[in-house]
Amino acid sequence: MSALKIKKGSTSHSAYNLRPTFSDAIERHTLAVLVENEPGVLARVIGLFSGRGYNIDSLTVAEVDHTGHLSRITIVTSGTPQVIEQIKAQLGRIVSVHEVHDLTVEGPSVERELAMFKVAGQGDKRVEALRLADIFRANVVDSTLESFTFEITGNPEKIDAFAELMRPLGLIEVARTGVAALPRGET
Amino acid sequence: MARQMTGAKMVVQALIDQGVDTVFGYPGGAVLPIYDEVFQQNAIRHILVRHEQGAVHAAEGYARATGKPGVVLVTSGPGATNAVTGLTDALMDSIPIIVLTGQVPTFMIGSDAFQEADTVGITRPCTKHNWLVKETDRLSGVIHEAFHVATNGRPGPVLVDIPKDVQFAQGTYCGPKPSASHYQPQLKGDMETIKELVAAIENAKRPIFYTGGGVINSGPGASQLLRELVEATGFPITSTLMGLGAYPASGDKWLGMLGMHGLYEANMAMHDCDLMINIGARFDDRITGRIDAFSPKSKKAHIDIDPSSINKVIKTDLPIIGDVGHVLEDLLKVWKSRGRKTNVDAVRKWWGQIHDWRKVDCLKFKQEGRTIKPQYALERLEALTKDHDRYICTEVGQHQMWAAQYLGFDDPNRWMTSGGLGTMGYGFPASIGVQMGHPDALVINVAGEASWLMNMQEMGTAVQFRLPVKQFILNNERLGMVRQWQELLHGERYSHSWSEALPDFVKLAEAFGAKGILCGDPETLDDAIMEMISHDGPVIFDCLVEKHENCFPMIPSGKAHNEMLLGEAETQGVIDAKGSVLV
Ligand SMILES: Cc1ncc(C[n+]2csc(CCOP(=O)(O)OP(=O)(O)O)c2C)c(N)n1
Ligand SMILES: [Mg+2]
Repeated sequence: MSALKIKKGSTSHSAYNLRPTFSDAIERHTLAVLVENEPGVLARVIGLFSGRGYNIDSLTVAEVDHTGHLSRITIVTSGTPQVIEQIKAQLGRIVSVHEVHDLTVEGPSVERELAMFKVAGQGDKRVEALRLADIFRANVVDSTLESFTFEITGNPEKIDAFAELMRPLGLIEVARTGVAALPRGET
Repeated sequence: MARQMTGAKMVVQALIDQGVDTVFGYPGGAVLPIYDEVFQQNAIRHILVRHEQGAVHAAEGYARATGKPGVVLVTSGPGATNAVTGLTDALMDSIPIIVLTGQVPTFMIGSDAFQEADTVGITRPCTKHNWLVKETDRLSGVIHEAFHVATNGRPGPVLVDIPKDVQFAQGTYCGPKPSASHYQPQLKGDMETIKELVAAIENAKRPIFYTGGGVINSGPGASQLLRELVEATGFPITSTLMGLGAYPASGDKWLGMLGMHGLYEANMAMHDCDLMINIGARFDDRITGRIDAFSPKSKKAHIDIDPSSINKVIKTDLPIIGDVGHVLEDLLKVWKSRGRKTNVDAVRKWWGQIHDWRKVDCLKFKQEGRTIKPQYALERLEALTKDHDRYICTEVGQHQMWAAQYLGFDDPNRWMTSGGLGTMGYGFPASIGVQMGHPDALVINVAGEASWLMNMQEMGTAVQFRLPVKQFILNNERLGMVRQWQELLHGERYSHSWSEALPDFVKLAEAFGAKGILCGDPETLDDAIMEMISHDGPVIFDCLVEKHENCFPMIPSGKAHNEMLLGEAETQGVIDAKGSVLV
């Protein structure tokens, strides 16, 4: 499976490689979608996923280019290779979408997510929570005598691992941002 | 040129600058300022429909018959929601239309105001794109962009929602400038893949062209190039329901329509070919039948302007993204420069096989007795109208499939039918739109009595605007297509599939001030059709036909192309449990 990169307006030759190499294995892909920053654009993207029955594992969105009116939507999705190709092509069809990048196949990329964990406990458990937070480079952003709120950044697996460790130590609330991702290197 | 004017005036000015001459619409509170401007000009003709669904289908008919985008103007709330079926229909069939809706004033949006609906929310999934315009200064730019988006790339419906205060306010008007849009779909196909396709054409032993609505949408030039390619290679060609007329039905390479009710020879050739060249079609389920048994031995090329059509349903060996006209031009150029080669002997053998399949004569029927067979009615309609400057619309059902089978189309843009959505009620308003585009042509809507009733209020429009549309109703007093499926799939339990309490269509025509003709006798059919053609005004032709006729050939749901049913004798227990969940 090769990269799909939609750049509207390219006329030289197709940017798609659509020679099929289909299998039934479910793959997880991180897509970066650059969209016009206008009302309703997120609804278009989400409506596409719900209307056509695609999965959204995580989704983040924020304006990234104020003068160019562009927002970046990072979507983690899963499906068979054929479904992933369809998702990218369908995203590319949305008029407000400028570019679609499949970070999973376009070369190495970095993924980060921010999460906050509220952990309540006393005695040994409280000490252990603080010690593990240190190992995971999580910061304490709020504390009372009976609770800590940790802030942690990392790839989703690291955050999952931290959540598992905190659970028996009194985890009472979690907030996660979803994944933001960029390709490695200069381009 | 920038000028100051009200938003309402901008709407009219933008339409004029886009070359619009006809708008189909229906007024209401939220579009009154625009209607006031429509009143004060003569450049644009406004056709008052009787229901907003009719306006959208009329605009679709106009667009398909003229190649220009259709334009609709309706009010907020119920006006907008009534347009939804037409928008979905146009989206499925890739028809360029621009729908302008009024909206409650910006300061009332979200307050559940009178006749407020979240129009852009409701229509987001059934438009190619839509806009809510909150500033008058942006209005003209958005309308021009709307035309650009509707007509470029894969065409489709767009909607611009215009709050009433935006219509009243003054702002700056800007004229159209096409380069302003970031939406610039790729037109030219990848040359390397085109060369691979040429090589495949040179070597193919059992090739077939499988063409669709994309050829028509690409414009008359694309149909011309297709004809040149077919004649030069000598390969057989079949088409979807949407693509009829791109290659002439009278051409000797023509196999007829393919698919669920397609011709035996077309479907058999699709199944057995070794090179399938899909040009502007989308492997719809009405075409493919059972996917895993679809044309198992072929290499498949697919030319489409929409990347999402490629590999959506059927895996493609040679995908070419681009406009049909552009790709065919390059394809012909390369093929000619390499010496115009084909595998002549093998292709001749292939035609021999096709001629054997043709001998099955899958459309044969017997007109006997005193009852008109629907096939006979269409055969006579074809014979008596084919030399006219003729446009055909249809409703949805058996009559639609028979029309596709028994009428011949020698040119593109002559055949308007709801393919993707299968919208009963499409044909009558579509015929009104077609007649607006071609005032002197013979415009016939081949209808079923049930479908026709769904938008019969448009008789008022036809009479008011003196549009001589001919409503040719094949009246079987049945929801015939539903009845056929119940016979084949549901143990002949005909649940709610007949038309009770039908109107007297002749009196109905007269009540609207039109002409009605009743015919139920094969002996008088020709005269009655001639009377319909020669009448200068709208006609409802009530053609009483055989009530229990089934439409064949038929590929039952869940079956392959070579498992076609040819007639009544074969229909017992053919659709298994797996097939019966399909539609
Ligand atoms: C709006 C809509 N509702 C329901 C259907 C389902 N449907 C398909 S064909 C058909 C029967 C059409 O009857 P008629 O117009 O008399 O045509 P016939 O099949 O008898 O030729 C129905 C109900 C549809 N296609 N569209
Ligand atoms: Mg009927």
